[in-house]
Amino acid sequence: MYSKKVMDHFQDPKNMGEMTDANGVGTVGNPKCGDVMRLFLRVKTRRVRSPKSEVQKEEEYIDDIKFQTLGCAAAIACSSATTEMVKGKTIEEALDLTNQDVVNELGELPPAKFHCSVLAEQAIKKAIEDYKSKKVKK
Amino acid sequence: MYPIYLDYAATTPVDPEVIKAMIPYFTTDFGNASSIHSYGRRARQAVDEARKIVAEFLGCESSEVIFTSGGTESDNLAIRGLIASYENTNNTTKVLKYESKKQNTKPHIITTQIEHHAVLNTVKNLEKSGMIEATYLKPNSDGIVSVRDIESAIKPNTVLVSVMYVNNEIGTVQPIREIGKLIEKENKSRVQESKSPKEKSSGLPDFRTRDSHIYFHTDAVQAAEYFDMNVQTLHVDLLTFTAHKIYGPKGIGVLYIKKGTPIKPEQTGGEHEYRKRAGTENVPGIVGIAKAVEIVRKSKSPKVQESESPDSSAGKNQSQNDILRLRNKLIEGILKTVKGSRLNGIRELRSPGNVNISVKNAEGEAILLNLDLQGIAASSGSACTSGALEPSHVLLAIGVPAEIAHGSIRFTLGRHTTETEINRVLEVFPGIVEKVRSISPFK
Ligand code: FES
Repeated sequence: MYSKKVMDHFQDPKNMGEMTDANGVGTVGNPKCGDVMRLFLRVKTRRVRSPKSEVQKEEEYIDDIKFQTLGCAAAIACSSATTEMVKGKTIEEALDLTNQDVVNELGELPPAKFHCSVLAEQAIKKAIEDYKSKKVKK
Repeated sequence: MYPIYLDYAATTPVDPEVIKAMIPYFTTDFGNASSIHSYGRRARQAVDEARKIVAEFLGCESSEVIFTSGGTESDNLAIRGLIASYENTNNTTKVLKYESKKQNTKPHIITTQIEHHAVLNTVKNLEKSGMIEATYLKPNSDGIVSVRDIESAIKPNTVLVSVMYVNNEIGTVQPIREIGKLIEKENKSRVQESKSPKEKSSGLPDFRTRDSHIYFHTDAVQAAEYFDMNVQTLHVDLLTFTAHKIYGPKGIGVLYIKKGTPIKPEQTGGEHEYRKRAGTENVPGIVGIAKAVEIVRKSKSPKVQESESPDSSAGKNQSQNDILRLRNKLIEGILKTVKGSRLNGIRELRSPGNVNISVKNAEGEAILLNLDLQGIAASSGSACTSGALEPSHVLLAIGVPAEIAHGSIRFTLGRHTTETEINRVLEVFPGIVEKVRSISPFK
């Protein structure tokens, strides 16, 4: 029922666990079936030179990411794949991530499990939101 | 090595004896039982004999045994067939429907919240289409439906009570006999009432005045293997069971219809099955279910142990007591080694083959897949494993919170379950739960 990639992530999830020094946390859930997904972010700033000019600018990127998920194999695989996909990316790039990107990364998902990939998209968005709101407060 | 199979409530392997009995009816004796020629006669004879065996098993007449395609069809025929028979009698369908809106006098069905979907969705469907009124009784937290609740749910327009014998998810055994007796008593008092001249029933719809009878149906699919199936002692009018839960083939089942119970056939066609179920007889299937029933009967009779014939495959099978012992070992082992685990449904009034455990903070499908990777086949009532993404209706009905139902696992044991297999489950299960919990945000 699941693709090999889903099973690989399920059996050996990447970036799993808690993060104590996270500066952005997003928890989402499906109250109906009891599933919960939580992403921890450590966002850092780096100076990069834009390719065309000599000017340096600052960008915020995901230095580290971890997940915790209570849910089915698809939810675990989506969480794991998502962490791999956004790690090292700028937060703008991470915000662009859609659930379809996650599904594509995993090869395929049974239709009944699509919402698990939606959960992953929501979790990353929420974690970045949380990071941004904390930054404003500072 | 084959994976360990602990999903006997889903289906069972076919007993070799059953296969042996069926084979000729695919090959040499393949005739249509309705044909006049010798092929047909041989098939007819096989069907007749099979019907007799099933009738003996149920303690009824051959003419009360209807072969169907399985449990779902039997449940549908019992419920829809009975309700349809009321519409039929006076051409009063329209009137009835119209009247019923005003007077709330549609036929009334009492069932429970823990029925198999074959019953539950059939009743819901009839209710939605406006043909009946329905009451869905809640069992207690042990998973048992109370006879008293049934008694107080009975209304003047109640025509059917449908309560399953053994629950497929949590294995709890319902008081069928007591319910049957209650309904019999109620029916008797109704007869007396209608005999008393002082009040002529006035203007009541047909289903009340025709015979003013409550019929009792039980889905005994999960009971056939272990429990008394005698329809006389159970006091039932309609009873469903199927072959593939008792080591027979898939695609063949039985509906017992007590003589005089009004059932309108669901499917039209030839005159098969006493005009209750049209369609060419599934002769190999019918022979198969009879053989499966024979083997069950043998294993239920206490004398078998000594008189076991050497070629009987039943000899290698676990007895009911062995299964019960292994079940208890599995329950106790898990409850002891896995923190935050609980047994769903009462232990004492429970099928010998059923273990239904919930573990906190771990999701059922993830546990199932891990078990599968370790070569163990089980099932779950988790929302994630159901197409509808709803937790098991049975677990919710007995008051298990959704998040606990989320981590439910069902192991069902059977004739081929061994001690080694149970030991293996006990060895890997705690680790699997730990692994799944380590991914969860809740500790
Ligand atoms: S987490 Fe429940 S279906 Fe995927």
